Parts: sequence; C-alpha cells; structure tokens
Amino acid sequence: MMWLTWRQFRAQAITVAVVLAAAAIFLGVTAPHLLNLYDSTGLSACHASCGQIASNFLKAIGGPDKTVFEAAIAVMYGLPALIGIFWGAPLIARELEAGTHQLAWNQSVSRTRWTVIKLGLIGSVAVATAGLLSLMIGWWASPIDSAMNFGQPFSGPYLPRLSPLVFASRGVAPLGYAAFAFALGVTMGVFIRKTLPAMAVTLAIFVAVQVLMPIYVRPHLMPPVQATAPFNAFENNELTISSPGNRMTLVGNFSRPGAWILSNNTVTPSGQVFTGPAGAACTGNYPPNACNAWVNTLHLRQQVAYQPASRFWPLQFIETGIYLVLAAGLGWSCVWRIRRRRI
Amino acid sequence: MTAAIEASGLGKKYGRHWALSDCTLSIPVGCVVGLVGPNGAGKTTLLNMATGMLAPTTGSIQVLGGAPGSGPDQLSRVGYVAQDAPIYAGLSVADHLSLGAHMNRRWDAALAAGRIRQLGIAQKQKAGTLSGGQRAQLALTLAIAKRPELLILDEPIASLDPLARREFLQVLMESTAESGISVIMSSHLVADLERISEYLVVLVDSRVQVAGDIDELLASHQLLSGARRDPATLPDSQHVISASHTDRQSTILVRCEEPILDPGWSVGQIDLEDLVLAYMGQARTSRLGLNGDAGAKILEEKR
Repeated sequence: MMWLTWRQFRAQAITVAVVLAAAAIFLGVTAPHLLNLYDSTGLSACHASCGQIASNFLKAIGGPDKTVFEAAIAVMYGLPALIGIFWGAPLIARELEAGTHQLAWNQSVSRTRWTVIKLGLIGSVAVATAGLLSLMIGWWASPIDSAMNFGQPFSGPYLPRLSPLVFASRGVAPLGYAAFAFALGVTMGVFIRKTLPAMAVTLAIFVAVQVLMPIYVRPHLMPPVQATAPFNAFENNELTISSPGNRMTLVGNFSRPGAWILSNNTVTPSGQVFTGPAGAACTGNYPPNACNAWVNTLHLRQQVAYQPASRFWPLQFIETGIYLVLAAGLGWSCVWRIRRRRI
Repeated sequence: MTAAIEASGLGKKYGRHWALSDCTLSIPVGCVVGLVGPNGAGKTTLLNMATGMLAPTTGSIQVLGGAPGSGPDQLSRVGYVAQDAPIYAGLSVADHLSLGAHMNRRWDAALAAGRIRQLGIAQKQKAGTLSGGQRAQLALTLAIAKRPELLILDEPIASLDPLARREFLQVLMESTAESGISVIMSSHLVADLERISEYLVVLVDSRVQVAGDIDELLASHQLLSGARRDPATLPDSQHVISASHTDRQSTILVRCEEPILDPGWSVGQIDLEDLVLAYMGQARTSRLGLNGDAGAKILEEKR
C-alpha cells in the first residue's frame, strides 16, 4: 500500500522537492545581505536600549529585501491552501470519480489501511513541506523579526511577528495549517465525491477559518494582559474631533515592543469609553495646549489589552495544537466514512 | 461445501428506491455463473455487496463463507473486475503489476507478466492509452494473478468489440479452467454468457426471477403448444412463465419438474435466450401489479 501511495504521489513529491530546493537557494543567496546589515548597524552586538539601532537597521533595509519579506508572508499563507486544494481534495475524490477505488479496495489491503496510509503518508509530506519552508523563511526574516522586538521608534512597513499578519507565516503554526488544510481537502473530497467542487469548498472553508482565527479565537487563547494608566494629553497622543456633536476620540500612545495590541481605549473615571463632547477649548482656534489642558481636567484613563511579545511561542503552540486536533478529527471522519462503506 | 455466494433477504436501498430487494440465493462453488438482467436491474448492486464495496440495507450475504470485504484474508480470496474495468490511467502497465505484487499476498508475478506478454501489451505503456479490450484484459490479469478462489466480473465485455469479446472470454475460460476457480460474471446479454456459463441467475427489476444450473433449467422448462386453452386450467405442478395465444392456438412456457403427459400438447424445448426473455417478460407483467398467470389471462382477454 505504501508503494502505491508513493507511486501515485511521486510526481508531486518531486515537484515540491524542487520548489523547496529553489526556495532554499534563493533565500540562502539573499539572506547574507540582511545579516551583514544586521551586523554592520551594530544590532547583533546590542543588548540593551537598542531601539534606535534597530530603527537604523530597519531604515537601511532596501526595497528588494522588503519585497522578499512580504512575498515570504504571502507564500506561507498560500502554501497550506495549495496543499488542501491540490493534494487533499483530489486524493480520494479523484479515485471515486475514476472508479479506481474499486481496483484499490479489491486488492488484499483493507480500505481502512488504504485510507490511513494515504492520509498519513501524504499528510506527513504536507506538514514537513510547511515546516521546512517556515524554518527557511523564519531564518531569513530573523534579523527583521528581532529588530521589531527591540522597541524601535521607526518600524517602517514591517510588523512584529506576533501581529496577526506575520504570525501565520512564522514558527510552527504553518505545520498545523498544512495538516488542517490537507485533512479538510481529503474530507471534502470524500463527502462531496467530486474533485472540482471539493477543491472550491476546501478553499472557501480554509480561507474562512484563517480569517476568523486571528479575529475571534487567537486573542483569547491566553488571557490578554491588561494595562491601565492616567491619560496625559500632552504626551503626544492622537486626538480626533468630528462634528456634528463634537464627538471626540482619544487614543493614547502605547509602546510595548513586539506586542500585539488588542484594544486601546481611553475611559472616563466611571469606566465608559470617552467619546466627547469636545470642550470649547478644543473646538475653536485655541492653541493645542489649551485643548490638552482641558482634556487632562477630565481625569481620563488609558486602558490597553495586549499580548506581549514573549507569548509568541506559547500562542504558536496552542494554535498549532488546535489545528492538529481539527485535522485529526477530519482524518478520522474520512476513515470512519470509508470503513462504514458510506461511499 | 460452502457456497460461493449465500444471500438471504438481501436488499439495498438508495434513498427511496430499492436497487435490489429480497434477494435469496445460494450459488455453488466451482462453476461459472452468469448473472443476467437488463441495465439497471441491480446486477452491479448485488456484485458490489458480494465484494464488500457496499453494505446491505437488509438481509445478509456471505461469500465463500466469509463476510464480504471483511479483511485482508477475505479480500485475497475474491478477485473483482468492476464495471468499466477501472485502472489508473496515469500509471504504466508495469506499475499495475507492481501494485498487484505489493498489495496481495498470493500474487503470481510470473502468471501476470506472462499474460501481459501473451496479449502483446508493452509493460511500459501507460494504462490510459490501452484500448478497451486491453484495458479489460489488464484488469482481468490483476484479478487472476492475485490467485482468488472466486472471480467476480461486472459486465467485463459490455464495451468491447466482438473480437475483443471473444478473446476476453477465451482468456477467461483458459485461466479459470487451469485453476478451477469459481467465476461470477454479469451481462445484460444472454449471448455473452451462454457459451461459458453453467449456472444462471436472472435479475430483473431488482429481484431474482430465477436461478439455477443451466442444464436443469432448460430441462425443467417446456414450451407447450396446442389448441387454444386458458393457462389457468393447467395442473398446479406446471408454473406458467409466459403464454401467448392466436385465435386457435396457445403457446405456453411452463416450469415443470415432471414430464408433460397431456396428449393435447406438443412439447418443445427452448433455448436459454428464450428462457431468459420469458422471465424478463414475466417481471414486466408483474410490475403491472399482476402475477404471472393472471397477467397471461389479461393478455388473452385483450385479444
């Protein structure tokens, strides 16, 4: 059974090996530039108060490296989806469409074993592919990722690795995504029995899950850290006034290097989010200081909920675990359905 | 001796439609069995349940004394060529032989390679580029080389040209005669089965109409012709299968274990094709809500 699974998968395996080798060569060739810059700006030797040096480093990164940084994120998002669509969905659906499952299931190998080996072998290749690519890209981007965690005044177009966008392209999470997307594709194939619709449904569900996860689930995987401090309008805060109604929005500065800020509210002493109305000092042609002084008389407080940078790995492992459990559940449903001859 | 297939009250329902219902059968081992019936009669459903591809809705089925598809042991005892002889279009003929070798315990590599050579098929050829006949032969080779005790073939020659049909049947007969394995083969044409079968199962409208040894079936069916007469007046031992009448004459096919003694009849033999057609006609009549005898009567009154 291993033999047949491997024989059917051989062409794809060779393709992915070539792609991984090409990615390794490309990243290997482009990485030294970034690493040298990291050394020459002195960031590699810096141990405390490195914000300004990190900022210099980030400013010095050229356009090509920035493009690679962004493209790598896109690739890490695309890879699990491609695995689900092109490896997962057709894996069994194509057999059912061509009727070849009837050939396979009438050799002296039980259909349960057939399903488990197919899922296990190709699922492992999928996870290993995502893992290798994540490892390479994480290594390539490590100068930027660590600079982002140094508390730099200038971050430019870069985001910390805990931010929702970058998070999914780093660490072990892509392994979970790949396993989940693959199992999702296979399951859709088994239940829909048609390759193309299964591919479409797999893509739709996977994208939906990837969008909903950082919005509704990931922020709560660990209880966010709550920070509260008196709101001082003189400390370079963001202040917006919108007429009609003189609605006023205040957003305080909050700097925790590499943190993922979930909410940043300015609240009144009674605990309500402050929305105005703006006082006379803030509406006319008065100097800004008068407005700031008026805001400070309100005794507002700044309330921030955030995930600190140190939680990158715990959150990575929890999220990967969730996706692996989902993948295992989907895989089990495939085996169950085929074993029960619901095909 | 265990039966090749032993079914009791076997039924399969898709949604609200019964593809096969109330099928009770006992097919002996060691013979070539023809399963005949029109398209959509339930032949594939029956064979899929015999190979464990489908689970029955009602009743039970045992194949060679075991539950179909229940494990590697049972699987290795039954060879199956499904309808349209599915093969992996992207794999070569040699790949298919490796597949058989890797997935079967009793694989006869020499037999498989020899058959492919005899058929003049290149091992390097992609299975997707084989002709219909070669494709069916490859599927048959895979099923035979696993050395099963029972070989099940679902309409293996339906899509083949006459020459390929003859070749296929010839190869089938040669290889089964050598090994003495049981064969069950379905077709919607009696002519395909007539030459090779020893046992016949007629399946119409998801029900088994008749099943038995072909020689016995032919011996126990008589075509009576004589002066016009109501089939209902025949003795109880003579089951009317079909009846047709002209103004003066009646021709009645009866199933009867005893010799026909009534001198008013001239007794004739029928061939297998007529026998099967008569049972198919009977099924059609009973589908109108009539049993065989009453149906014959209605036909008579219409005249």
